[in-house]
Amino acid sequence: MSNAAVTAAASSRAAAAGKSALARLGEAFVGRLVIIIPYLWLVFFFLIPFVIVFKISLSQTAIAIPPYTPVLGFGDGLSGFVAQLRQLSIDNYVWLTQDALYVNAYVTSVIVAAISTVLTLLVGYPIAYGMARAPAMLRPTLLMLVILPFWTSFLIRVYAWIGILKPEGLLNQLLLATGVISQPLIILNTYTAIFIGIVYSYLPFMVLPLYSSLEKMDYSLIEAAKDLGCPPTSAFWKITFPLSLPGVIAGCLLVFIPAVGEFVIPDLLGGSQTLMIGKTLWNEFFANRDWPVSSAVAVILLLLLIVPIMLFQRAQARAQEQDK
Amino acid sequence: MKSLGSIRRDFAPWNDPNAKPYIQFDKATKKFGDFTAVNNLSLTIFEREFFALLGASGCGKSTLLRMLAGFEEPTAGRILLDGQDLRGIPPYRRPVNMMFQSYALFPHMTVENNIAFGLKQDGMPKPEIAARVGEMLKLVKLEQFAKRKPHQLSGGQRQRVALARSVAKRPKVLLLDEPLGALDKKLREETQFELMDLQQSLGLTFVVVTHDQEEAMTMADRIAIIDKGEVMQVATPAEVYEAPGSRFVAGFVGNVNMFEGKIAHGEAGAASIDAGNGITIRTENAGDAATGATVAFAIRPEKIKISSTRPAGAVNAIEGEVYDIAYLGDMTVYHVRLDDGHVVRASTMNAARITEDPLSWNDRAWVSFRPDAGVVLTR
Repeated sequence: MSNAAVTAAASSRAAAAGKSALARLGEAFVGRLVIIIPYLWLVFFFLIPFVIVFKISLSQTAIAIPPYTPVLGFGDGLSGFVAQLRQLSIDNYVWLTQDALYVNAYVTSVIVAAISTVLTLLVGYPIAYGMARAPAMLRPTLLMLVILPFWTSFLIRVYAWIGILKPEGLLNQLLLATGVISQPLIILNTYTAIFIGIVYSYLPFMVLPLYSSLEKMDYSLIEAAKDLGCPPTSAFWKITFPLSLPGVIAGCLLVFIPAVGEFVIPDLLGGSQTLMIGKTLWNEFFANRDWPVSSAVAVILLLLLIVPIMLFQRAQARAQEQDK
Repeated sequence: MKSLGSIRRDFAPWNDPNAKPYIQFDKATKKFGDFTAVNNLSLTIFEREFFALLGASGCGKSTLLRMLAGFEEPTAGRILLDGQDLRGIPPYRRPVNMMFQSYALFPHMTVENNIAFGLKQDGMPKPEIAARVGEMLKLVKLEQFAKRKPHQLSGGQRQRVALARSVAKRPKVLLLDEPLGALDKKLREETQFELMDLQQSLGLTFVVVTHDQEEAMTMADRIAIIDKGEVMQVATPAEVYEAPGSRFVAGFVGNVNMFEGKIAHGEAGAASIDAGNGITIRTENAGDAATGATVAFAIRPEKIKISSTRPAGAVNAIEGEVYDIAYLGDMTVYHVRLDDGHVVRASTMNAARITEDPLSWNDRAWVSFRPDAGVVLTR
């Protein structure tokens, strides 16, 4: 090969290399972009609002618009801003720990949410199991039926339960007519009504992850267990249930987290006798117009939920790491 | 001493009229809706036998295995194990274990716990379980993998775990559903012999389902060829190959050349067959086929000699033209088109490296075979 040809070949190779390097850079950028978009979303719609709420929780209530002081700003220059920062305090948090009402509300909310989650699991598991074992042709229809309630407003569906649960409601009429009871049951405005409301409203969030983990399970595993001398019930607890644990955990988190802060259900079905943190927060904000205290309640609620979830997820990640 | 095939078999309870059958399918039928998977099928398997159910996919062989395991109940007929009718006995109370095609290893348990699963179900004391699991791990050479989970193993290792798990309980019968189906060719060949050794050393009865005839021929004492839910033939591998009972079996197992014709003249097993177009085949294996009967003459490619001239003294020799040659290394397969248009396959072992006077495409050639080389099929 002549020298000129070698040089030409080399330069064209270099050009090709340069082009591919550029293309690589482009690809890397697109790859990053895909990750950046959800992070930007989180920053704008979670982190920044949270910082604002946190700042308000450190302020003092005031009769003004907005109803708290200080309102941060650079109107008085940097020294003015620092002076405003100095006014922030953790008084509201101290106040929360001193008033038994808030502590009670937190504890009750967690207990109610936990009980509701267990009840939802008990109701949802057989549904998900039945769906996963149904003929493949029927499954899309069953899935549709689970999602169907979402087509109506959540508020209206909870309202409908008042009509069912109230002393002269449908349930009591039915039970009285069939002679099961002689006195109407008092369900509305009790914790029982809250449990019913939460189980009903959050059932799809439990069923869907359970279904997806049960549906992909290989049925020959159950046959193998039976073949090795394991009766069906025992096979369920030794094979099916452990293998559906990721679904159980995902479903429980999806129910537990929103249930702790639930406001609509305790407000409509629980009446004034029940105490939950979501309702307390609503009262502080709308009835008392105490933005700083209600912000503090919200921050504590968030921490209360985030810390155990993060610990749990880290434990899970570690377990997965060990498996590999 | 003469024998069909090239192996002498000392284990042959099926020839002993006093031998007690171990597994019996007695006119078993299984229907799924309108579809008949198993049709009025009777089959006998003896203790310590390595029995293969061979057939194309969808022929009902897996259904037979699943009925033995207890996952399906026969629609009609009986299945007996050691004299006991298995009807109504759930899978978890049957003294049979199955190795699944997908292996069905429990993904959330270690290798050790997978193998111990069945033993724990039986309530075996812990030290005994540990000893048995150790023994099984040693048997399948997986001692150092005891603490791994299935997804951390290779395909071959998983296959061995599945095997260890299914024999750990020392079942009366081990059922194997396409046990080597997921392995690559080389590993499959090795594992075939391992399975045979295992069966010998444990003294178990093996029933294996396979669609791979080579696998069935290598491993099994006897093969049942299944088609459309019915048994076509039950025989040793050599019998299935050298003395097929029907056109279907002859065509299903191995390669075969088939001549349709009429018995022109037959007596005492010897016959001449008029295969049309002036081709007359003389055979000593006509059995009891009567003169005038419509039959098929089946002959395997390796039993046909091919030469460029008519071999002196050949009883059967037909002329044709070489139209295709496949050189496979160990042997060469010639496709010869006879003058009547019939295509015959003839294979020759390449026992020597150098061939004198080799044949080429479009050469005139003679195919010849001995009168005892083929079989006459009436069905």
